[in-house]
Amino acid sequence: MATFRSRIFPVAVLAGVLLPASALAAGEGELDTTGVMLQSATGASDWLITLPFVIPLIGAALALALRGRIGFQSWVALVSMGLATIAAVAAFAKVLADGPQVMAVGNWLPPFGILIAVDALGALFVLITTLVGLVGLGYARADTDEGSVQYGFFTFYQLMIAGVCGAFSTGDIFNLYVWFEVFLLSSFGLIVMGSTAIQLDGGVKYGLLNLVATTVFLIAVGLLYGLTGTLNMADIGQVLAARPSGPLLTVCALFVLAFAMKAAVFPLHFWLPASYHTPAVIVSALFAGLLTKVGIYSLMRVVVMLFGAEFDHFSALLIVLGTATGVLGALGALAQADLRRMAAFLVVSGIGAMIVGIGFGTVAGLTGTIVYAVHSIIAMTALFVLVGTMEGATGVRTLNDGGGLYTAFPFAAALGLGVILAVAGLPPFSGFWPKFLLVDAAFQRGDALAVLGAAGVLLTAVITTIVLGRAWVLTVLRPAGDVTPPAAASGDEMSGKMGTLALLVMLLLGLGLFPSLVIPAAEVGAEGLLDPVLYTQRVLSVQ
Amino acid sequence: MEVVMCAVVALFYAASIYLMLSRHMIRILLGVSIFGNAVNLTIFTAGRLTEAAPPVLSALTGAEPANPLPQALILTAIVISFSIFAFLLVLGMRAYQTLGTDNVHRMRTAEANSPMPPPMGY
Repeated sequence: MATFRSRIFPVAVLAGVLLPASALAAGEGELDTTGVMLQSATGASDWLITLPFVIPLIGAALALALRGRIGFQSWVALVSMGLATIAAVAAFAKVLADGPQVMAVGNWLPPFGILIAVDALGALFVLITTLVGLVGLGYARADTDEGSVQYGFFTFYQLMIAGVCGAFSTGDIFNLYVWFEVFLLSSFGLIVMGSTAIQLDGGVKYGLLNLVATTVFLIAVGLLYGLTGTLNMADIGQVLAARPSGPLLTVCALFVLAFAMKAAVFPLHFWLPASYHTPAVIVSALFAGLLTKVGIYSLMRVVVMLFGAEFDHFSALLIVLGTATGVLGALGALAQADLRRMAAFLVVSGIGAMIVGIGFGTVAGLTGTIVYAVHSIIAMTALFVLVGTMEGATGVRTLNDGGGLYTAFPFAAALGLGVILAVAGLPPFSGFWPKFLLVDAAFQRGDALAVLGAAGVLLTAVITTIVLGRAWVLTVLRPAGDVTPPAAASGDEMSGKMGTLALLVMLLLGLGLFPSLVIPAAEVGAEGLLDPVLYTQRVLSVQ
Repeated sequence: MEVVMCAVVALFYAASIYLMLSRHMIRILLGVSIFGNAVNLTIFTAGRLTEAAPPVLSALTGAEPANPLPQALILTAIVISFSIFAFLLVLGMRAYQTLGTDNVHRMRTAEANSPMPPPMGY
C-alpha cells in the first residue's frame, strides 16, 4: 500500500497542477500563432536534411531495445548507417542544386524555434561522416567482442554518428551545444568500453578536459544570448552585424578557446595524445576522424560566420598557433615508438593546417580548410584502421617490434602504402589537394603571416612523410621480429578489417584523382561562411 | 540585483577553477560540479532578472511574463551536466580502484613517464 501511495502521490500533484492549467488554456480559446508557428505541416521534403541524424538515433534506440540479441546489433547499425548515408547523399545533392535547406522543428518559425539549417559546408561534412560511419562498421563487426556488443557498442556507435551529424546540421547555437553533448556522452561510453586500466586513465583525461571545453562553449553561448537576445545563428549574425563591438571580443575569445580545445590546437591539445590510443581501434579511428573536425567546423560556423569583425583580431593568432600545432604534432609523432600514439600525434598535426586555413580568413583559405577536413576525416580513420589491422595480423604494436606485414599480408601492405601516401599528402591521394589549396591561398594573401602559415603546412608535410616512411620501413618491409602474432586471426575477421581499409583507401584515391568532387562544394561552403546572405535569407524567410 | 548575481557567479567560477586545478580526482569533480552551476547562473543572469509572473501561466492572467528561454536552457544544461557528472564520478571511482591513486599526476598508465624511444637505426 505504501508503495502504491508513494507512486500515486506525484501523479496526483502533477494532475492537480496540469489539469486546471489546461482547462484554463482551453477556456481561452485558440491562440493566434500566425508569424510564430508554421500554419501548415512541415513539407515531407524538408525532412530530408534531418534524416542523416534521425535514422542513426532510431537505429540506436532499436539496438538498445534489442540488446539481448547480440547477432542483430551490427545489422541494425549497418541498415541505419546505410540509410543515413543515402539520405546524406540526397541532401548533399539537393543543397548543391538548390542552396541552403532549412527545416523548422516543431513548426516554430525562426528565430523562435530550433532550426535545422544545412548549407554546402554542413551537407558535405554530414555526407563524409555517414560514409565513414558506414565503412567503419566492417572493422567494428570484425573487431568487437561479444561483451562490448552486449554493453551497447553499436548503440553508442550510432549515437556518436548522430551527434556529429546533428552538430553539422543545426542552425541554432544552443542546439549545437546539445549535439556536442550527445556525441561527447556516447564517446565517453565508447572510450571506457572494456574498462582496462589504460582506458580508465585515458578516459579520465579525455572526459574531464572535453567537459571543460564544452562548458566554456556553453558560457560563451549564455553570454552571447545575453548580448543578442537570440539563439538562431542567422539571426545572431544579423544582430551582430548591426552592433558595435565591445564585449563581443570577449565572447568571441571564449568561443575560440572552447573550439580550439575541442579541435586539439596547440597548446590545448594534450588531452588527445593522452587518450586516443587507449580505446578499441575502431573507436580511436572514428574519434580521430570525426570529433576534432567538429571543433574545426564549429570554429568556422560560429567564429568566422557570426563574428566577422571580431574574428579579424584572432586571424594572426590562429595562423601562428596552427603552424605550431602542425609542426609540434609532427615532431611529437616522430618521437613515438607506439604506433597508436604516433597516429594520435598525426591527428594533432593535421589540425594545424586546418587552423592555418581558418586564420587566413579568405575564401581560398577556408576552401583549403574544408577540403583538408574532408580528407582528414577519411585519412585519420584509415590510419588508425591500418594500425589496428597490422596489430591484428602481425602483433606489431610499436616500431621496436619488428615488421613482417609485407610477407604475411602483401595486400594489406599495399593498402597501407596508400594510407601513408594520403596522410603524408603525396599525389595521387587526396592529401595533396588541400595542402596545394592552402599554399595557393597563402600566395594570394601574400603577407608575412601567410608565408609563415604556408611554410608551416609544408614543413609539417615533410616531417609527416619522414614519420610515416620510417614506420613503413620498420613495420611493413622489415622481416618479422620475435613478436608472436595474436592467436590466428580468422579469415572473416581479417577480411572485415581489410574491407574497411580497402574502402577507405578507395575513397582517398577517388578524392585524389577527382578533387572536383569536393573542391567546388567546399568553395560554395567557404563563400557562404564569409558572406552568409543566402543562408540568412533562407533561414529568416521560412514560413 | 544583476551586480550581486555577477559577484556570486564570479565566486562560483573562482571556486570551481581553484578546485579543478587540484590534482585529486574528487576535488576536480567537485570543481566540475560547481563549474556547471556557475554556467547555469551565468545564463540565468544573461536572460535579465525581472520581477515578473511565471511564463506560460501569465498568458492567462495577462501579467508581464518572465523570459522563459533562459529557464529552458538551464533546465537542459542541468540535465546534461548532472548526467555527465554522474558518469565522471563513477569513472573516477573505477579509476581510483583500478589505478590505485586518485592523484592525476600519478595516473601514468596511458602515458608512461619515460616511454621506450623509437629505434635509432634499421
